Amino acid sequence: MRKITYRDALREALREEMLRDDSVFLIGEDIGRYWHGAFKVTNGLAEEFGDERVRDTPISESAIIGVATGAAITGMRPVAEIMFGDLSALAMDQIANQAAKLRYMFGGQTKVPLVIRMPFGAGVNIASHHSQSLEAWFMHVPGLKVAMPSTPYDAKGLLKTSIRDDNPVMFLEHKLLYPIEGPVPEEEYTIPLGAADVKREGEDVTVVATLYMVHKALAAAEELIEEGIEVEVVDPRTLVPLDKRVIIDSVKKTGRIVIVTEDCKTAGVSAEIAAVVAEEALYYLDAPIKRVAEPDTPIPFSPSLEQFVIPNEKTIIKAIKEVV
Amino acid sequence: MMPEKERMIEMFRNMLEIRCFEEKAFELFGQNLVPGTLHLYVGQEAVAVGVCVNLGKEDYITSTHRGHGHCIAKGARLDRIMAEILGKKTGYCQGKGGSMHIADFSVGMLGATAIVGAGIPIAAGAGLSIKLRGTDQVVACFFGEGASNQGTFHEGINMAAVWKLPVVFVCENNLYAMGTRQSRVMAIENVADRAAAYGIPGVAVDGNDVLAVYEAAREAVKRAREGKGPTLMECKTYRHKGHSRFDPATYRPKEEVEEWLKRDPIRRFRARLSEIGVLTEEEANKIQQEVLAKVEEAVKFAMESPYPAPEESLEHVYAREGED
Repeated sequence: MRKITYRDALREALREEMLRDDSVFLIGEDIGRYWHGAFKVTNGLAEEFGDERVRDTPISESAIIGVATGAAITGMRPVAEIMFGDLSALAMDQIANQAAKLRYMFGGQTKVPLVIRMPFGAGVNIASHHSQSLEAWFMHVPGLKVAMPSTPYDAKGLLKTSIRDDNPVMFLEHKLLYPIEGPVPEEEYTIPLGAADVKREGEDVTVVATLYMVHKALAAAEELIEEGIEVEVVDPRTLVPLDKRVIIDSVKKTGRIVIVTEDCKTAGVSAEIAAVVAEEALYYLDAPIKRVAEPDTPIPFSPSLEQFVIPNEKTIIKAIKEVV
Repeated sequence: MMPEKERMIEMFRNMLEIRCFEEKAFELFGQNLVPGTLHLYVGQEAVAVGVCVNLGKEDYITSTHRGHGHCIAKGARLDRIMAEILGKKTGYCQGKGGSMHIADFSVGMLGATAIVGAGIPIAAGAGLSIKLRGTDQVVACFFGEGASNQGTFHEGINMAAVWKLPVVFVCENNLYAMGTRQSRVMAIENVADRAAAYGIPGVAVDGNDVLAVYEAAREAVKRAREGKGPTLMECKTYRHKGHSRFDPATYRPKEEVEEWLKRDPIRRFRARLSEIGVLTEEEANKIQQEVLAKVEEAVKFAMESPYPAPEESLEHVYAREGED
């Protein structure tokens, strides 16, 4: 199978859905022909589809999401780009109070087919306002779906499904993933929202990891082979809906779980997954649930500081060894 | 140019419907039959009616927490609005929204948001949708002078202006944002002056003169429909009641209230219609009786309707596949 980058996989998904459905359009800051997005995901799309459907906006995050929401409830399928996930704070009313709730408040009279793409994550030394992992915010708002693809294959398949979904989908990408390559078939495929993927099978311990942390978990698993520890890596791929079944089945098999996420530990995604396991699979556990997450700090700038707060192979291995 | 005779009579009837509906709702509230709160439109009827009479069923409006008048003026049914206010299953939102979140998508009423100013970018989004779909629809976006101090006002109107979207921004300046008088929070007298900052027309009109509102809205709607972009209309008006349920509005000088009550938009229009020979006293009384009977019927419908089943609280969070 051919290999393409995560960035190209996303672009292919956008392009194919725009070709398939005239109601799909893109809206965001500097996504058009002059810049093609801060991470170049929309390269070539304005040239192909025109400036009306690949729409550059003023720096107005709240209006980007509000306008996209207004378009979504009147027959369009907007894909909005927020340049950095951190900036979603500026649009939080439109995301959490409007897009997420209009269908419910209006008794099902409308639907909000809207995708909000944004890059998350630390590791490129751009400090506290461009590095956060805020997935727990969105996971906590009924009405939103949350996708976090870790590979080019998942990125393309999940983005296509998200665009076709009739609900607002927070589509969270990781800025370190854009250049990575992986197999992506030439032919059409989609991936359902709410289907976790076992990225690596193993008998000894379940590691549930999200987004970029999937790759760190897989690297840790490779290192542990030498020590005779077989790690199963489960990638939920979407946090809402969350595929509890695959996580619980894995825990039933291994009896041990380490949860690795890049968001802050307190009230984070790892807490929710731990609670699910505690509620639904406690008696299958042979060891306490372990969590590896960022400490409760903003993301610092200096490489030495930043690397300290991001979970890595070493911290993951340490956590695994504590339960195996 | 004045509207045709029949149209003016319809406008009068429509204003009376809003007035009688609101007074009835207030009466029911006093009898403890309305859960939660009420923000009455009494006194501002000329704005909703003067604007909406220029719109067709296929045109859109967005509304606010003080939204009953907008719904009625856009053609929504009194009985289903009343049922919603009472929390009944037969309400427009099946009891999920209540007084502050009424929507009727079947008449282009895209719903009321209770976050002040949040509807402005949503209305712009409906305008963008119209532009992308290539129809000749128009959006009227209602909000108060208080909302004009929100960031969404700036972001939404700027975007609509730069993209020449078919939106009429209707600021209902009733002088008070809850208890805060305009002069305490704005250094300008006319919200309409802010239009200059966006390069669009701004017009301030007597919002208690339905013909003045009609005329200004006619121009603005025409301009929008012709693809010339948005207008900011400011309608100077006054709410006869307090901000919400128990507010006695003691922050307003007695003389000011009396002065504005003399400018009651319905009494003025009725006198005008009589003066120009469009409506006799007898005909006006007959209309009033018909409206009162219609409101009574709406109350009967709402009172006799069942409450939603408790489990329905779990529905409409997400649109399911294939669902409208």
